[in-house]
Amino acid sequence: MTLAEKILAAHSDKKSLSPGDFINVRPDLILSNDITAPIAIKEFRKLGVKKVLDPGKIVMVPDHFVPNKDIASAEQAKMLREFAQEQGIIYFECGQMGIEHVLLHEQGLALPGDVIIGADSHTCTYGALGAFATGMGSTDIATAMATGEIWMKVPPTMRFVYHGKPGKWVGGKDLILYTIGRIGVDGALYAAMEFTGEAIDNLSMDGRFTMSNMAIEAGGKAGMFRADGKTLEYVSTRAKRPYTVHELGPESECASVTEYDISKLEPQVAAPHLPSNVKPVSALSGVKIDQVVIGSCTNGRLEDLRLAASVIKGHKVAPYVRCIVIPGSQQVYLDAMAEGIVETFIRSGCAFSTPTCGPCLGGHMGILAAGERAVSTTNRNFVGRMGSPKSEVYLANPAVAAASAVLGRIANPDEV
Amino acid sequence: MLKGKVFKYGSNVDTDAIIPARYLNVSEPSELAKHCMEDIDLEFVRKVNHGDILVATTNFGCGSSREHAPIAIKAAGVSAVVAKSFARIFFRNAINIGLPLLESPETVDNTDAGDILEISLETGIISNVTKGKIFKAKPYPKFMSDIISSGGLVEYTKKKIAGRAP
Repeated sequence: MTLAEKILAAHSDKKSLSPGDFINVRPDLILSNDITAPIAIKEFRKLGVKKVLDPGKIVMVPDHFVPNKDIASAEQAKMLREFAQEQGIIYFECGQMGIEHVLLHEQGLALPGDVIIGADSHTCTYGALGAFATGMGSTDIATAMATGEIWMKVPPTMRFVYHGKPGKWVGGKDLILYTIGRIGVDGALYAAMEFTGEAIDNLSMDGRFTMSNMAIEAGGKAGMFRADGKTLEYVSTRAKRPYTVHELGPESECASVTEYDISKLEPQVAAPHLPSNVKPVSALSGVKIDQVVIGSCTNGRLEDLRLAASVIKGHKVAPYVRCIVIPGSQQVYLDAMAEGIVETFIRSGCAFSTPTCGPCLGGHMGILAAGERAVSTTNRNFVGRMGSPKSEVYLANPAVAAASAVLGRIANPDEV
Repeated sequence: MLKGKVFKYGSNVDTDAIIPARYLNVSEPSELAKHCMEDIDLEFVRKVNHGDILVATTNFGCGSSREHAPIAIKAAGVSAVVAKSFARIFFRNAINIGLPLLESPETVDNTDAGDILEISLETGIISNVTKGKIFKAKPYPKFMSDIISSGGLVEYTKKKIAGRAP
């Protein structure tokens, strides 16, 4: 069995299973946020049960429109707060909260071998830990909160092998953008993507979270890494409960194997309006921009901020360009302060915000006007994603984003 | 039997196009319906009639997990969506809330905007009344048929909790 199959089998009543099987799975963590939880709570009430089955496995994080951007979003956040108090579930108030997919593994709540379901498509982020993590809808979450179970179709595994040593400015974001560019936004539809190869062995945990995060942008159900020494080092000081590392043969069977040599890869940029519309940064240099966003569940971790700060240090954001930097969690914020990164950004003329999903989904804190163009370290560049349906978003890594902020156009970090 | 006029779209219609995130500070179906498809088809909400049918090519509903997307489509009056393929989370959400989805590449290739379609959910037969052609959608797995025939995942789960589920 593949990693995905082993984890799913261990959370079901099956000893072995195959792609296409319908199974009932008992997840370790059931997640929702201030957009998806209100519907989940309403549907939960319809089920006729008073209490969630296991409050210790349920997490609600108000992160999308929080700090509340308007009265309606404040009402939604209030629903989460009241439900969390009533049910005794795990909840992070504004001030402790971070972007859910930066926060949960940082807090040791998401662990290797887990099945994690979330009413948020980027729940696949936790695959970086060697977990099976997947996004679903609010009604799914409502029934899982009540019963402790969820139905799943076992996905086929598509293995992606990355060879070679990446260039100076190439990281997890570039590997995943390159992959989505090659296979398309439905290239891994319904499948569990598994990332391996020596380039992956050398990739940091933060880089792995970035890759797993964007598996959904290829249609994937999960984006998984095998837990290794780096994973165990990451979780050893954080884990709040036991976890499982599944033993796997080097060549466990899978539906497909795709190999890439990334040694000559340039930083990659996804042009509007699909994450698969990927080009090397040099093909887009010269595209003038109005805004840069550095943050999100894709690239809002400490390593991302360090990388962007290293490029922008000693420079100023270009005239008439805004650069908005959003740490993914309070811990990332504190660490960035301790390292002097926050000051670097502010002295360079960036706006530095409290954690929020904010502009990534066109929520608040950096909405684009008609005709405006942004370079963003986020995950989607659909029509209207960051504001006006007449605006444009280019997806890139944090170094490219920082370089673009300095030069006021899409730029390779070497140009700064 | 479902019957309605076709609104046709291309590939990769994402959930931000179906219901932009700026409207997700509420979850009332009638409010969401007012902005359905707004960023790619400003006329849709004005033109759609109860029972009408969306037809699209591949990967319909890609992107975010927002259940608001099938809710907005259903509340706008749409009776079913026919596509060559659906994004995974959107597919779950639609089944869970009782918005019928049908996978039928032949229907998509042989249907134009404004055509009238008739759909039998029992048999999966899709009839293009305008063009006089008949197609068959890919059948649902039994497990999903049970959810659909229960009236959605909440009703299915209520039965399961009561110990009556298959």
